Amino acid sequence: MNDVSLTAASSAHSYLDQLEAESIHIMRETVAECDKVVMLYSIGKDSSVLLHLAMKAFYPGKPPFPLLHVDTTWKFREMIEFRDRRAKELGVDLMVHINQDGVARGIGPISHGSELHTDVMKTQGLRQALDLNGFDAAIGGARRDEDKSRAKERIFSFRNAHHRWDPKRQRPEPWRLFNAHKRKGESIRVFPLSNWTELDVWLYIHRENIPVVPLYFAKPRPVVKRGETLVMVDDDRLPLERSEVPQVKNVRFRTLGCYPLTGAIESTAASVEDIIRETLDSRFSERRDRVIDQDGSSSMERKKQEGYF
Amino acid sequence: MTILADPKAQSKELERDAIIYHHEAKSLLRFIACGSVDHGKSSLLGRLLFDAGLVLDDQIDALRKDTGQLTDALEDLDFSLLFDGLAAEREQKITIDLAYRFFATEKRKFIVADAPGHEQYTRNMATGASTADLALILVNAQAGLTQQTRRHALIAATLGVRHLVVAVNKMDLVDYAQATFAAIESDFRKFADRLGDVSITFIPVSARKGDNVVKRSPHTGWYRGPTLLEKLETVDVTPRAANQAFRMAVQWVSRPTPDFRGYCGMIAGGEVRPGMEILVQPSGQRTRIASIVTANGELSRAGVGQSVTLTLADDVDVSRGDLIAEAARPAHVSDRLNARIFWMGQGTLAPGGRYHIKLGTASAAASIAGPMQLIDLGEDAAVKSVDRLMSNEFGTCSLELDRPLAADGYDQNRETGSFILIDAETHDTVAMGLIEVPVVAATATRGANAITAVPMPRDLYRLFGINANQARSLAKTVTWRVMGSVVTFLVALLVTGHAAIASSIVIAEIVIKIAFYYFHERIWLLAPWGRS
Repeated sequence: MNDVSLTAASSAHSYLDQLEAESIHIMRETVAECDKVVMLYSIGKDSSVLLHLAMKAFYPGKPPFPLLHVDTTWKFREMIEFRDRRAKELGVDLMVHINQDGVARGIGPISHGSELHTDVMKTQGLRQALDLNGFDAAIGGARRDEDKSRAKERIFSFRNAHHRWDPKRQRPEPWRLFNAHKRKGESIRVFPLSNWTELDVWLYIHRENIPVVPLYFAKPRPVVKRGETLVMVDDDRLPLERSEVPQVKNVRFRTLGCYPLTGAIESTAASVEDIIRETLDSRFSERRDRVIDQDGSSSMERKKQEGYF
Repeated sequence: MTILADPKAQSKELERDAIIYHHEAKSLLRFIACGSVDHGKSSLLGRLLFDAGLVLDDQIDALRKDTGQLTDALEDLDFSLLFDGLAAEREQKITIDLAYRFFATEKRKFIVADAPGHEQYTRNMATGASTADLALILVNAQAGLTQQTRRHALIAATLGVRHLVVAVNKMDLVDYAQATFAAIESDFRKFADRLGDVSITFIPVSARKGDNVVKRSPHTGWYRGPTLLEKLETVDVTPRAANQAFRMAVQWVSRPTPDFRGYCGMIAGGEVRPGMEILVQPSGQRTRIASIVTANGELSRAGVGQSVTLTLADDVDVSRGDLIAEAARPAHVSDRLNARIFWMGQGTLAPGGRYHIKLGTASAAASIAGPMQLIDLGEDAAVKSVDRLMSNEFGTCSLELDRPLAADGYDQNRETGSFILIDAETHDTVAMGLIEVPVVAATATRGANAITAVPMPRDLYRLFGINANQARSLAKTVTWRVMGSVVTFLVALLVTGHAAIASSIVIAEIVIKIAFYYFHERIWLLAPWGRS
């Protein structure tokens, strides 16, 4: 064997290749060790990367699990269009779940506040969908760099029958040996993107040419300023105060959640390359623009214990 | 991308794209940060990120809020608060659980396993070390080496971490005295021969003041070595042995269509090419690699760390848990393993205990067999016989498996030489295991001897539309017939004296008897009578 070219081959193996291979490994372990797997698809950039990795992991076959979108009914219109188009293009099985109980109660982020809305439509909605279908493993796109409490979460993260996360009872994960043995009633959340950062996600989207929702790219959009947050006026679901007049600003989104809860940022970044440059120069972390993470330093930890993904 | 008319601006645009490609092609260093409580580990990591310009403005604001500080003096911020994630940790001001941190400089991406210092959390430290290329060990210049320092260094080295960086922290509190630094270095070197083949670098730092973390300190003129960041950016991360034997544990069998059967896995050692001869272990079936399938097309070769799908030249029986190994250098196959065990369970580990073992992608039932020894991680390095291991203890024992598995020694391969034990009742991961060579003991040979050559390529069977057992019956029929016919011809020639008659007899006999023998053989196969 030619040892010189061999070394060249290993050094050509960049860190993005390593992250990709590790994520694929995690997805394959999940389908091999669990009975009924689902992939949570939230339409954002992380979900786009996750879906791309799933297509690669099971090539030439299709991913052996459906996608699940827990629709809070407050997503941007462009997100829903993008979701349906991608599922069709890739020929994957997409399930959409809406918490009908929440709809009947008329729960919304504006009328009931971000906390209750997120709890009912997202957290409860997810729990309903998982219980209803008997999924024992849900693959999600959460990253450890998003939040301090996420940094301590395992790749195979267990939830009890009530979907609660117990940070003090986590199993060690040495090497690449994941223990998927479940206690009665437990289910697993699996996070293949645990070791990716926001920049890694964008660099990978750039390298692999992965389609993302156009809301990530800056263009003139109507917005109103509420506190420090720029809220986009997506349609008439957003009731405007008498004094509020939508202004057209060149904005984009760094993260995509429910639309009145996700702030836009003023930006001129109109392409993936621009976003990477902006991220490299950025002085702020991405979740700053999410209203739900600002309820105190341990808010995410608390939400996660209650069953938030 | 925007199209720019101005050629100057265009070249600037290209330059910026070069930056993007540069970032995409960076290398990755996984390291673990450990050390005793209060030696300032979280503060050092915080300082590293801050001085490298990687702490974001809103994080600094949150830090101000958490520190309860109103001044603008960034130098006095408590950087450790950047890292202590769980509410309980912030309250107690200690790290309880392993946290993963990420940062990237122009040269590299870093994944940092931030390990707790308390002895009762040593299992988290061992977990972090299992995938690390480098261990950053913090020592408080005022306190010197502690029991935990030695423990951490020893665990890191045992788990195959090749580079140790000993950061002697709080140098500002000892007036940057070279003598203090030198004393700690010589103290450390005294037990370093127990660490085996590792490189050790000593760096005098102050997390609080930022000396030699990112910026070279003006106070340590006597120190000629690299700063901490320089060391992290330049340490060699190429895979251990270029000449490792090829290994891939089968994770998942891909059968999207009836005519495609691929074996998915992550390459755990060496390199693979189409045409390469391999063994499927533990069964020992031998065949060749037909192709390396990925979503980016078929590859002419693939190496360690790549997730691929392999197809094989022959229709052999392969399932999850099997190891595909280079035929010339196969793994050991045994139902008995000798291993070093790091016990993490709540109770004790003792001979007779029964667990699930996960080795690569294979699972089996394992029971603990003696003799058991404790490896003392303290000063005297003693190995002594014991009848049990307590939580956070390191020792050796044997394991008896309910079936043979394929494995390597941990020193040869970190992936195929490691396993975890899972408690059958609580389902918790209770032990890390490092396999020692020789793995093969008393009852071990049945798997190793089970190597069977596949006599005919699959394509030939396909041609006849028959399976392997039918082909074997047919082959035996032909050889038996050739021998018999030669004898018949000679006898007929002697009796009749006519070669032509002898030939006719032989031709008639061949046609009739081949048919009879074949059917006779197949009919016998149907009869279970007389088989053992």
